[in-house]
Amino acid sequence: MQDLSPSSSRDPLLKVENLVVEYSVGGRIIHAVSGVSLEVARGETLGLVGESGCGKSTLGRAVLQLRRAVSGRVLFDGHDLTAMQGDALRKMRRRVQLIFQDPIASLNPRRRIGDIVAEPLVIAGVADPAKRQELVSEVLSAVGLDPGLVAGRLPHEFSGGQCQRICIARALVLNPEFIICDEPVSALDVSIRAQILNLLEDMKSRFGLTLLFIAHDLAVVKAVSDRVAVMYLGRLCEVGPSEQLFAHPAHPYTALLIEAIPVPDPDVRPAESVPVGEPPSPMAPPSGCRFRTRCPRADQRCRDEVPELRPVAPDQYVACHHPLIAAG
Amino acid sequence: MNQSALLSVEDVSVDLPTPRGNLRAVDRVDLTVGAGRTLGVVGESGCGKTMLSRAVLQLLPKKAKLSGRVMFDGQDLVRLDPERLRKLRGRSLAVVFQDPMTSLNPVLTIGTQLIETLQEHLELDSQAAKARSVELLAAVGIPAPEQRLTQYPHQLSGGMRQRVAIAIALSCEPKLLIADEPTTALDVTIQAQILDLLAREQRRRHMAMILITHDLGVVAGRTDEVAVMYAGRVVERAPTAALFKNMHMPYTEALLAAIPKIDAAPHTPLPAISGRPPDPTRPIQGCSFSPRCRYAAGPCHREKPALTATESADHQYACFHPIQLAAGVDA
Amino acid sequence: MATLELTIDEDVVAGPVARKRRLGPLFWAAIVWMIFVFAAAALASVLPLPSPTDMDMLERRAPASMLHWLGTDGLGRDELARLIFGARISLTVGVCAPVIGITIGGALGMLAGYFRGRFEQIVVGSMDVLLAFPPLILALAVTAYLGQSILNLTCILGVLGIPTFMRVARAATLTLTRREFVIAAQALGATHARILLRELLPNVLLPLLAFFLLGVAVFIVVEGALSFLGLGVPPPISSWGSMIGEGRESLDVAPRLAFLPAIAMFLTVLSFNLVGDTLRALTDPRQGAL
Repeated sequence: MQDLSPSSSRDPLLKVENLVVEYSVGGRIIHAVSGVSLEVARGETLGLVGESGCGKSTLGRAVLQLRRAVSGRVLFDGHDLTAMQGDALRKMRRRVQLIFQDPIASLNPRRRIGDIVAEPLVIAGVADPAKRQELVSEVLSAVGLDPGLVAGRLPHEFSGGQCQRICIARALVLNPEFIICDEPVSALDVSIRAQILNLLEDMKSRFGLTLLFIAHDLAVVKAVSDRVAVMYLGRLCEVGPSEQLFAHPAHPYTALLIEAIPVPDPDVRPAESVPVGEPPSPMAPPSGCRFRTRCPRADQRCRDEVPELRPVAPDQYVACHHPLIAAG
Repeated sequence: MNQSALLSVEDVSVDLPTPRGNLRAVDRVDLTVGAGRTLGVVGESGCGKTMLSRAVLQLLPKKAKLSGRVMFDGQDLVRLDPERLRKLRGRSLAVVFQDPMTSLNPVLTIGTQLIETLQEHLELDSQAAKARSVELLAAVGIPAPEQRLTQYPHQLSGGMRQRVAIAIALSCEPKLLIADEPTTALDVTIQAQILDLLAREQRRRHMAMILITHDLGVVAGRTDEVAVMYAGRVVERAPTAALFKNMHMPYTEALLAAIPKIDAAPHTPLPAISGRPPDPTRPIQGCSFSPRCRYAAGPCHREKPALTATESADHQYACFHPIQLAAGVDA
Repeated sequence: MATLELTIDEDVVAGPVARKRRLGPLFWAAIVWMIFVFAAAALASVLPLPSPTDMDMLERRAPASMLHWLGTDGLGRDELARLIFGARISLTVGVCAPVIGITIGGALGMLAGYFRGRFEQIVVGSMDVLLAFPPLILALAVTAYLGQSILNLTCILGVLGIPTFMRVARAATLTLTRREFVIAAQALGATHARILLRELLPNVLLPLLAFFLLGVAVFIVVEGALSFLGLGVPPPISSWGSMIGEGRESLDVAPRLAFLPAIAMFLTVLSFNLVGDTLRALTDPRQGAL
């Protein structure tokens, strides 16, 4: 923050360029992320949605360099994270934080809450214990927890929702600019989810944050995101503004996802789902368009040619040879 | 109580002794399911829905104490001797659990597990059992069923495994299928397929089904009747359409409101329920939902409301200040 | 607006579940015995005991008397004194050897489980090689080469214990590094040292300590076996094992000479096992508790 020159505020805060992440499991390669490019503007929330195995969590970790990419770049505020190592990378990490899916597993079971939330401050070199305690109390109050009651206790004494608040507090204590939320509410009860989503929105406006919100639940993603990116088997299918994307999806996969959501309205008879089968394995993704094995519109071109993201509507991009909306 | 009900849960309570004291997991629940009908049981974690299903199956942990009656097909399962109960389970009474990886035996092939069940309950010889297994796998939508017989659970995806679990459950033509969060661990596109499969098979076999879930969306289009549970009790029960259109219990209303809707605009603040589900080991005096209820007033904090019925006797709720009944009480 | 958890006071103040683990009478009896043995061994020099090395040829294999509470051994030495000084040896070797194991093995295991890759392969491989050596033969070879002494014995036994502690530490570390709180620490920019010491060590330490106590029990027996064979501590220092060995000759005349040290060893080993097992059982469920 003090040592890194701020770029122009109209440039995207995060820019991912052609990121490829692969890892090997027992000798076979999993193509987790295959050439993903996206941008997140300052102050916006980009939702990243997809089913299990699509690579969205891997992408989130790769952005933070917790998993090294095979190729591609990640530019945060103009600085190339992929080229950084050691100390410089650690300094950058203070500006970008991560919230995980399992709130209880994200907390060291043998450390007290106060120490856990103060940890980022210690790592960042805030030496004065009184100052640290003040910041910790401030941030715990901000997330709706009473520091006096909470700081001296251990994680197993709290519920899932409370643990997630603690994780959010830990992510906020260094005043970061960017937070990657990796399925932050999936493990929580329905009534608690709404609380945490509201909390995230509140924290975002209060702390001036930019968010990358990763989830598999479209309704949740739509509720908090300005723009949404849909991912399938390591590639982006479609990117666009939330309202627009859900009202007029251009990619058949997006349409399939939207149709599959159970609607809590008894009059909406769920359409008899088209038996599109199972997603292929990320170890052997189909050639060309990876969705073609489940797509009713697939043809030879889909098999031979990888579709690239092209604009199909204002600010909406789709990677499909036969999108549901004609380009133009 | 409906005399023709296939399953009738009568005043069932489940108590579990824990180091913290007695835990009332299920508190005097009454439910019925008619033949060929689907009952949805909705609730969050800790509401007792899983314990209830275990109580029906008589598969409670050893330390648990069960009171009440579970009438299935005219017999009281609580008092049935273990041998007859064992024959009933798998044959007339089947279950599908949430996590197919743990409900299927990881060291046995799919074929072995299917054939074992068939041979045990239907006494088929191995040839006939094998043929029937292939038929069942095909019916649940598994491609190349003959090859699957020799595969192990870990070689299949989550959706496939759940289909196998359903095939095993359906193999002996049960009269009642209990599906305990069958799709919670699955992706949304697979979830839709699995739920459709269950609905289709249910119609074909004229089977009764209890669908347990935390997702109101799942029950909306796929059940005949819904029971909402909170803190071990049934707090509202109604035919599905009636429940969604005329909900009386503030918890049901709050639960529905707290779900993000796909057609809502982004950044619409969600009406969240404050607080969290109660700790079953520390029962609250009065209505369990009262600390979180926006309509709570005097009697709510003192006594537990009993289930009362509306004029249409099939819609019941447990609340002193039901919504949409007495319009003037709405806060 | 952030929704405050208004009910947090009652919920949180309730506190953790009271750990009413049944620490039965057996556990406490074991603790009492351990304290007794440790105290006796520590205070051996100040206790009013006859010297364990003074031979009284006229009183060989004498039964219990006012002078010799437990009688004398084959060379007229006071049995009780020898037992208590023998406790010193058994406990010294029994406790110090696993200390070597837990520090070196524990450290190697944590590093191997954390860094993985080539380093892990080298560590695991060399531990396998070490384990492949028949331990008693290796101990024999070393003592034959370097000479019999308590120090040598402790060191060789300590080294022999390293692989087991390495495995325990590595297994614990492997399960922990996958858990999200470690990734969270990495995401915060913590250095490897900080993660190892602050996040992993507190969690790995408890299973290691439980194992340590079991290790003490094992090493007491091993030292006893070596001394029984005459290959442990050199005479005239008494060790329970060598006392049992010497008592073999007198089994028909004075069986207590062999049985008393055997009983002492049995009770001590049993106590360490009981306490170690209880500790293990105590530390396991905690991690899953909510």
